[in-house]
Amino acid sequence: MFTIVRKERLNPTVTKMVIRAPFVARKAEPGQFIIFRAHEDSERVPLTIADYDREAGTVTIIYQIVGGSTMELDAMREGEDLCDFVGPLGVATHTEGLRKVAVVGGGVGCAIAYPVTKKLHEQGAEVHAVVGFRNQDLVILEKEFEAASSRVVKMSDDGSWGEKGLVTAALEKLIQEGNAYDEVIAIGPLVMMKFVCAVTKKYGIKTVVSMNPIMIDGTGMCGGCRLTVGGETKFACVDGPDFDGHLVDFDEAMKRGSMYRDFEQHAREASCNLLRKEAD
Amino acid sequence: MARNMNMMKCPMPSQAPDVRNRNFNEVALGYTYEMAVEEARRCLNCPKKPCVSACPVQIDIPAFIACVAGEDMEGAYRVLSASSALPAVCGRVCPQENQCEGKCVRGVKGESVAIGRLERFVADWHREHSHETPAAPEKNGHKVAIIGAGPSGLTAAGDLAKLGYSVTVYEALHLAGGVLVYGIPEFRLPKEIVRKEIEGLKAMGVEILTNMVIGKVLTIDELFEEMGFEAVYIASGAGLPRFMGIPGESLKGVYSANEYLTRINLMKAYLPGSKTPIKKSRKVAVVGGGNVAMDAARSAKRLGAEEVYIVYRRGMAELPARKEEVEHAEEEGIIFKTLTNPVEVLGDENGFVCGMRCVEMELGEPDASGRRRPVVKEGSEFTLDVDTMIMSIGTSPNPLIRSTTPGLETNRHGCIVTNGDDGLTSREGVYAGGDAVTGAATVILAMGAGKSAAKAIDAYIREKNA
Repeated sequence: MFTIVRKERLNPTVTKMVIRAPFVARKAEPGQFIIFRAHEDSERVPLTIADYDREAGTVTIIYQIVGGSTMELDAMREGEDLCDFVGPLGVATHTEGLRKVAVVGGGVGCAIAYPVTKKLHEQGAEVHAVVGFRNQDLVILEKEFEAASSRVVKMSDDGSWGEKGLVTAALEKLIQEGNAYDEVIAIGPLVMMKFVCAVTKKYGIKTVVSMNPIMIDGTGMCGGCRLTVGGETKFACVDGPDFDGHLVDFDEAMKRGSMYRDFEQHAREASCNLLRKEAD
Repeated sequence: MARNMNMMKCPMPSQAPDVRNRNFNEVALGYTYEMAVEEARRCLNCPKKPCVSACPVQIDIPAFIACVAGEDMEGAYRVLSASSALPAVCGRVCPQENQCEGKCVRGVKGESVAIGRLERFVADWHREHSHETPAAPEKNGHKVAIIGAGPSGLTAAGDLAKLGYSVTVYEALHLAGGVLVYGIPEFRLPKEIVRKEIEGLKAMGVEILTNMVIGKVLTIDELFEEMGFEAVYIASGAGLPRFMGIPGESLKGVYSANEYLTRINLMKAYLPGSKTPIKKSRKVAVVGGGNVAMDAARSAKRLGAEEVYIVYRRGMAELPARKEEVEHAEEEGIIFKTLTNPVEVLGDENGFVCGMRCVEMELGEPDASGRRRPVVKEGSEFTLDVDTMIMSIGTSPNPLIRSTTPGLETNRHGCIVTNGDDGLTSREGVYAGGDAVTGAATVILAMGAGKSAAKAIDAYIREKNA
């Protein structure tokens, strides 16, 4: 069913997979996500859609190996089938009518920032991409961003790629240079999105962020993915995953994200041991 | 054969409370063959059959019980399966005391006939002894789509397949069964039984496609226009959990009952070595008094919690859960804090739940529902020492279908509006039933709606093609 058509290592911890899923590919839009299960006894894991090809009937996912489930996925090879692959879930990123946009991507979040960059570019909007990584070894999708935006600002924590510094500083510089953005779209670690929002709030620029909390079903059933947005409880899976970044309670979201940290740590070690055994 | 005039039901063999509250095996063990025959002989086979009229799917109850009394178990199964697609499930989870058994003549003096236990016995007997697979009926060339593989959708699917329709059931999760697999715990309804009942439907030719979220991957209009279905039955349930809106609900350790039970049941978090995490709780408060609250509380106990509370704002008499569920919970050591309402969840410095502020309530004048309205007792605030809180205060229908189906009328609660009788919605050829229409209710009511809708869909397609 959900065959891995292509698997490509983008950097030491980030992998791209192209999955055959014709029904999902027909409807997928930037900003939406899928949920996969690698095997019959695996967890349900949400991943934002990185690309899609409606004609080929494929959906691309890009994931970072962070725990047992992504490790399990990463052990699978081209030609193998995922047990489950459901989507497209969530609401697509709003792009209509936007003429000038800054897309800010951080780390593996760039995988999600890319499809919306491409869509805006195809719609004729002027897109400035501000992309940041810890260092050069972790860079992904460099050529893709160059092809899909009128300007790419490259940042790294240690200066080994592009300029040294944070994406927030680079964004602020662009704004100060006089770029009047209709909207800023920020996708990356929670702390990055929080500080991007702090910058854009100062300048009164609408900012959309993509949230990826813990969730199970992805259809509004479990409520595990709830966030506080503008003082109201919202479910990331059906109300999002995009939200107005100036209204999101990031501190609460960061706390909730650590609910199962100890368990995940054990799961990761268990998967490591299992893989090591298989390799022996 | 001699009639059994014992005033009481033959008791149900069960696991002892202090044993079962530490495992997830089924609580009720089921009648033996002898017990079933003996109990069946309590039925008077009275002419008015009040039990049948009280059954949402109108099983010919005296007929199946007569078969059991005469030791024709296969005959009894044939009577059951003529009316119910899921007898092994209904025998376990139906609120019989308010339905068939509530109307039983034997219940006037003494206890009613144990209709539910007999239904369960017959279905289990069939599963264990019969190796015939049901034959797929001849196809009539017409296609019907069903949204949701829960009790309502599966019932409609079974009835339509029997009539020769090509039925496709679209299920959003990775497994068919709906609340039977994600909600009701293993100790009340073993998942193997659900799986077998669904296999029976597949053998009848019902196609079940999992991982298909209708409203996202396909719309209802596309089911008609692109996929060639002539009618659609929406049985997508009421899955959206409600929260109270009190401070602290976002703390780690606050679950909706849906999340808690889904982790345990669908994702098997209760099994050692499961990849799905669940909190190892010490003291748990379940807020709410329905069957789902009882399931969550009893599950928490089985996962090793020392103390589990049911926190409910009305009194014991007002608990909406089945009496049997309440009794089972009490026997297993669940503590009932009734006339109590939470006002705030307290968290520690790391954002984990460390307590719950509550107020005591007293019952005032009856409200719109006819039940006495709970009012706060002045100055009664106190803190309950808990590290986990499970919200079980109800669910609402999922918005995914109503928001993507133009012309589908819904009410202010988000429930789909139908004509009431057979589930016809405001759209031609689109029928709906179960919790998606009524809001959260019971398995058997959802099955009843599935039956009526199947009948109506058959009539609609016949008329259209006449």
